[in-house]
Amino acid sequence: MSALSQAASNEAPLLELREVHAGYGHIHALKGVSLDVRPGEIVTLIGSNGAGKSTVLRCISGLLAPRSGVIRLRGMEIQGRQAHEVAALGIGHAPEGRRIFPKLTVDENLDIGAYLERDPAVIAARKQEVFMLFPRLAERRRQDGGTLSGGEQQMLAIGRALMQNPALLLLDEPTLGLAPVLVDTLFDTLKLLHAAGKTILLVEQNAWHALRLAQRAYVLETGRITHQGSAAVIADTPDVKRAYLGGD
Amino acid sequence: MSNALITLLPSVVLEGLLLGCVYAMIALGYTMVYGVLGLINFAHAEVFMVGAVAGVEVYRYLGPLVDNPYVLALAAVIIAAGVSGALAMAIERLAYRPIRRHGSSNRLVPLITAIGVSFFLQDLVRLIEGLWHGEFYMNYPASDPMEYLHELPFGMTIQNKSILVMVVAVSMMVGLDRLVRRTRLGRAIRAVAQDLPTASLMGIDPDRVISRTFLIGGALGGVAGVLFGLLYSQINPFVGFVPGVKAFTAAVLGGIGNIHGAMLGGLVLGTLETLGGTYLFFLTDGAIGNEYKDVFAFVILVLLLLFRPQGLLGRAQGEKV
Repeated sequence: MSALSQAASNEAPLLELREVHAGYGHIHALKGVSLDVRPGEIVTLIGSNGAGKSTVLRCISGLLAPRSGVIRLRGMEIQGRQAHEVAALGIGHAPEGRRIFPKLTVDENLDIGAYLERDPAVIAARKQEVFMLFPRLAERRRQDGGTLSGGEQQMLAIGRALMQNPALLLLDEPTLGLAPVLVDTLFDTLKLLHAAGKTILLVEQNAWHALRLAQRAYVLETGRITHQGSAAVIADTPDVKRAYLGGD
Repeated sequence: MSNALITLLPSVVLEGLLLGCVYAMIALGYTMVYGVLGLINFAHAEVFMVGAVAGVEVYRYLGPLVDNPYVLALAAVIIAAGVSGALAMAIERLAYRPIRRHGSSNRLVPLITAIGVSFFLQDLVRLIEGLWHGEFYMNYPASDPMEYLHELPFGMTIQNKSILVMVVAVSMMVGLDRLVRRTRLGRAIRAVAQDLPTASLMGIDPDRVISRTFLIGGALGGVAGVLFGLLYSQINPFVGFVPGVKAFTAAVLGGIGNIHGAMLGGLVLGTLETLGGTYLFFLTDGAIGNEYKDVFAFVILVLLLLFRPQGLLGRAQGEKV
């Protein structure tokens, strides 16, 4: 583990944020956020409601243009690009609130995830992988997305992002509103994705689970990174324990 | 008397369905644009009118060269589809997109722009036709094979041109349905209509999809213009207004934003309007004549909206577009 993270730290980051400021109207949501995600890592961004976690992801995927700062993917500046251009560069974003297309079937939701891929054979192969991860989706493939349960919708949101075969997967609160059993299953699935070499930036309120899964972590409080480091160390930091882990 | 009314019924319904086909084709343009942008594109009536005018020009210039009236009609349909589709795309590019870019949250701004574009196009066509041909009242020329009357069961009759109108309208609607349900572009259009920001996360360029939507809706409107011209023969630069408002009504009737709703709404409105126009005259001994058919159409709309505000096929809940 330590040898592995040593190796990872020497690699060039896949994603870098430097001093990113962003907001909505008069709200200054991010006040100089810097973070790195290296290839093959799971990095988690934890923090309380309204800390700006989703805003970080929205800036990365181009849903929101940062006011200042730099975002680089593989060394190339991508801040301020439109979302569809960022998607084409290899960032998949399963957004806050799942955002399934309610009147597209499960199949169609997955197909639209592979919108940029033209080869039907590749699309079919990716879909098979998604169905291996989430067999439940295969059972529901002809159903409208809007008729799925919350947990199934979450699977579909992640599956849809995986259909993009992204170099970097952004997951925004994938466990929100899920029953505890499903939370465990979902984290097992994320472990599988990590083992398969996926790079993931995971935003979570469920800090306990997230810190056990991730290699590194950042803590975001009212728009600023207050702690960063290896997930194990962060999980042992007294402030973090008190605020997010319900510990002493 | 009542016997005569019953014998008349099939013919009246047939007439209504023909008119309904035209309404449905126009209504699709309103409903598709509303689906992706939440905008009521009032300039669509003029896209329809320009299609009708483009058709007349085809007849004017190709008529002397082409003998077969069906070939001529199809040429008019294809060229009008191209002209109106391109016009609708240009309107979106030049008028609506800049407003969208500036992110005005006021929904009245694009609506008023649409009305402005509408007036602009009416007068532009009047000017061009006036300079080009010295007048802006135009006629679709009649030809004997197109006017030929077939006898059908139940005392119905149908002209060749009416058959042509139905065939063209139905095949375009079936084609559109296929496109929207089965193709990559169709999926992208539906995704953008349901959730634009999330669609863009999938790599879909919303501007491109919106532009294509205007192209498709515009082309359907242009074809409807030619069909309208074939059925009613006289057109002018202001001929878009009434069918435009009716088709918008049809789109609302069917459930705005819903493609099948627009088709159904068009057929229902065309049929009820024609029935009302014909039978009210007889039932009131001529006191309320055919000239009240427009009133009748809107009475239907008001009544439907009272009992089913979401339209015939609309979802009960406020659908996010």
